[in-house]
Amino acid sequence: MKFKGGIHPQYNKGTAALPVEEMPLGARYVVPLAQHLGAPGKPVVAKGDRVGRGQPLSEPGGFVSVAVHAPTSGKVTAVKELPHPLGLEMTAVEIEADGEDAWWEGVQPRGAWREMDPAALRDALRDAGLVGMGGATFPTHVKLSPPKDKPIGTFILNGAECEPYLTSDHRVMLEQPREVMEGVGLFMKVLGVTKAYVGVEANKADALDALKAACPPDLDVAFALLEVKYPQGSEKQLIYALTGRTVPAGGLPMDVGCLVQNVGTAVAAYEAIAKGWPLIQRVTTVTGAAIRQPKNLRLRVGTPLGDVLAFCGGLTEDVAKVVYGGPMMGIAQFSLDVPIIKGTSGVLCLPDAEVVQYLADACIRCGACVDACPMGLLPSTLGVLCERDRWEDLEDFNVADCIECGSCAFCCPAYRPLVQLIKRGKAELRRIQKMRQQGAA
Amino acid sequence: MIVATTVMAGLGLLAGLGLGLAARFFAVEVDPRQEKILDVLPGANCGGCGYAGCNDFAAAVARGEAAPDGCPVGGAETAVAVARIMGLVVEEKERRVALVLCQGTREVAPSKFRYNGMASCASAALLAGGDKLCRWGCLGLADCQVACAFQAIEITEGGIARVIPERCTACGKCVAACPKDLIKLVPESAPIHVLCSSRDKGPVARKACQVACIGCKKCEKFVGDESMKVEDWLALVDYDHPPRDPAVAGECPTGAIVELHLDAKKPVH
Amino acid sequence: MSMEQDKTGASPPEVAAAGGDPPAPPPAKPAPPDKAEPPRAPRLVVSTSPHVHRDQDVPRIMRSVVWALVPGILVGLWFFGLAALQVYAIAVAGCLLFEWAFRRMLGRPGTLGDWSAVVTGLLLAMNLPAGSPWWLVVVGCLAAIVLGKQIYGGLGYNPFNPALVARVVLLVSFPVQMTTWPAQGGPLTVDATTAATPLGAIREALSVGQTVPQAMAGADFPVWKLLVGMRGGCLGEVSVIALLLGGLFLLRKGHIKWQVPVGFIATVFLFTGAAWLGDPERYANPLYHTFSGGLFLGAFFMATDMVTSPVTRRGMFIFAVGCGLITVIIRLWGGYPEGVSFAILLMNAATPLIDRYTKPQVFGAKRKLYEEAKAA
Repeated sequence: MKFKGGIHPQYNKGTAALPVEEMPLGARYVVPLAQHLGAPGKPVVAKGDRVGRGQPLSEPGGFVSVAVHAPTSGKVTAVKELPHPLGLEMTAVEIEADGEDAWWEGVQPRGAWREMDPAALRDALRDAGLVGMGGATFPTHVKLSPPKDKPIGTFILNGAECEPYLTSDHRVMLEQPREVMEGVGLFMKVLGVTKAYVGVEANKADALDALKAACPPDLDVAFALLEVKYPQGSEKQLIYALTGRTVPAGGLPMDVGCLVQNVGTAVAAYEAIAKGWPLIQRVTTVTGAAIRQPKNLRLRVGTPLGDVLAFCGGLTEDVAKVVYGGPMMGIAQFSLDVPIIKGTSGVLCLPDAEVVQYLADACIRCGACVDACPMGLLPSTLGVLCERDRWEDLEDFNVADCIECGSCAFCCPAYRPLVQLIKRGKAELRRIQKMRQQGAA
Repeated sequence: MIVATTVMAGLGLLAGLGLGLAARFFAVEVDPRQEKILDVLPGANCGGCGYAGCNDFAAAVARGEAAPDGCPVGGAETAVAVARIMGLVVEEKERRVALVLCQGTREVAPSKFRYNGMASCASAALLAGGDKLCRWGCLGLADCQVACAFQAIEITEGGIARVIPERCTACGKCVAACPKDLIKLVPESAPIHVLCSSRDKGPVARKACQVACIGCKKCEKFVGDESMKVEDWLALVDYDHPPRDPAVAGECPTGAIVELHLDAKKPVH
Repeated sequence: MSMEQDKTGASPPEVAAAGGDPPAPPPAKPAPPDKAEPPRAPRLVVSTSPHVHRDQDVPRIMRSVVWALVPGILVGLWFFGLAALQVYAIAVAGCLLFEWAFRRMLGRPGTLGDWSAVVTGLLLAMNLPAGSPWWLVVVGCLAAIVLGKQIYGGLGYNPFNPALVARVVLLVSFPVQMTTWPAQGGPLTVDATTAATPLGAIREALSVGQTVPQAMAGADFPVWKLLVGMRGGCLGEVSVIALLLGGLFLLRKGHIKWQVPVGFIATVFLFTGAAWLGDPERYANPLYHTFSGGLFLGAFFMATDMVTSPVTRRGMFIFAVGCGLITVIIRLWGGYPEGVSFAILLMNAATPLIDRYTKPQVFGAKRKLYEEAKAA
């Protein structure tokens, strides 16, 4: 099945051929307490404490929340507000590494997932601080706890990696196919489902072959090559492409009995059970024309961005943009003091010449965004409404269904910052709706 | 020819009759005071009163729902005139003017990145709070200027907003438009103002802006009464009892406190 | 309007307008030693995602349209000669001049770089008779740029196709000049005798009591002549083949969508065909209608104007069918022999309405599909 809309950006996946390199241990790590969607955790360590590798630094601040863990052994030098990739200062634990990288005694294998109870597995994943590693960082255990009236019948592994430039998932699928497939099995066990799909974009056929070969015989998994089109990796589009099911507008994948997890999350889940490792490392693609040596790196969560860039040969003189994530949905950074966090799938460094210059010119109504929108919205109209502060009219145009994939702004010939406009509009409309609810109550 | 003329005349007569009857039978009862009030209102239809234009406000006053001094633009004179129509007495309130509590021009307040996107403060503020190192400061993208119906706001060469006091009608539109809450309506006679809104600790504020209030409390000690107070590293003027001694401005080590005479010129409407 | 303008098109020059670099910090004065160090210009740019962009912008689209118009222009020059060249030159220069002058007068940033004024100028010229006096062309430029576009705020805000606004203004103001069709005298023509247009010939014949077949026999416009462009008419509308060539180029480039030209031309063909089948004595055959007048110019280059046509494919098709219907109604029963311009302008006015009723379906709006999936 092919979803409507979407775009074909230049893929620039030159790093796909580079094996994952282990980043050597650094001297200092910064672990923000908020690295997931939901309530930030509460710190459980204080300045001066010694911590072991994998030791929890915080406890969850609610159900939709997870802990963060020490990336290496060392001393806590501060628990304070530090620069966060979201652009603000947020509470983080600063650790001075002791160089021994000794595991905390609490890190122990949890057993074989095939013999474990689903609830125990889910709790173990929560304790390991697992979040969706594709970038949205939604706590995994929450996703794995669907309400009773929305049973999950199908598990989907997202190996689309449709963001240009990024190759971390591709490398993980090639290098750790067994771990990935074990992770799939583990998720299936937690959910009690018997059927799984694995979807990979057609430009990564080698990855799909590797997964197929590594699939344990006891799992019923359908492997599919998907059309190479952005945003193929978006949950709703992926579910449609694989199963033909349409997640209702305003709904979630569980409304059609599906649950999607990313490749990196699958590996992390397997390691959390089989080895007891909390989520303290991930594979990240460092790429772009403004980094001297593009690499796929296995990094500790909390590694300062400056260290990572230095390890990759440093930035070029003409660097003008550093983005966390891919070029379509990533967040531009202004400081190199921010750390790598659980959701950092890539670090994209763009030189001056490649930086998009958004203009505030008028919409020429060419309709390119309408053709490109995978959600069937009218981005041109949404943009104009937002520009004129007509927030309440946005409701009629289903602004809440926008997934902010950026396809519209990507192809706008007037270079209108449509995602910025619509993001603001969504926020303003939510504010108005909340006020309305309070007024009604 | 005669037929055509007759037909047209007949049509005209019919339409006129229709209109006349409609005016009689569908007439809306209007409180006569509403019209009188409307006459003394400024007629700018700015919405500063919270109603949809002057007529709406006049109706609300006539119904007794709005206070006679509810028009911020008309000021004291209008309030008295409206009150007279309603047979009420109002206390004369001092005229107020909007004031931007930031003087962190691009020269003294560095930016942390180059912003590219919508030329709107509210949009820019969504990206890491705006491009200024000082997260409290004016972004200079003119949301207030756009909101102002009286062309009373300019963006200075230093890239921050400034209210032109003689044009300001204190309608409050700019106050609502500023995503950084930098604009305040102050009594025009108050001579001393703290042109800073940074609640960052002194050293942080100073690093982000050379003219920031660093919360040193020198002013508080100088005035020696309740007229100035430092809260969260920020000096605040009590505009109900503002300090009168201009010398306090000289006490400020960063120049965040200034002497301004907003009543130097009367409104030019 | 002006406030919206300030927010979008013309942000105050002092501030970091979208697109431009933020204002360079004014040269730092030597700071007193006790002051903080003077601010450094930051290196990194921050914007919302996406951080990559398709290789496409408005000037490039407009330039493509100019290229697509070239075959039609060349044929016009070949048949109508130097008189046509003069019209083209004045129209383009006039539009550029008015665009520049008007923006300057209002203190708004210049927009000559977007090439839209050039396109308007060319389209205007193509909609004028060869040998139009210079003042007629200048008035046309004024109407197109100022009345048709800039008073609304410029490109993107205009509800009507600027070139067509100009054409209609001229047509109702100067009917004689606008319906004096010089005969095709070859490339060196400066001054020519007048000739009839295919649609005009029929209209005239009907008015003196002839039947359509009689008129067509007398007018001598076989289909091949219409295709090549050997007939009277506006400068740029005569050659169907040349226009089709340019139109196909734009279709291939994706700047126009097939729904518009196909919907428009097919409607005209079918509607006139039905009329012809009903009464061949009164109505010309559909091929004759399809290949004469300004249909191809209108269908490929005027009705496809992005700003003034709907944004969805479905809307575009409805718009095009509407254009076709109105065109035929005017041609067969209206006061003018040709109705393409009026039809497009009328449908321009209907565009917001069409947009409102052709909102695309949101992904996941099909409840049924979802219920089916749940059952499965």
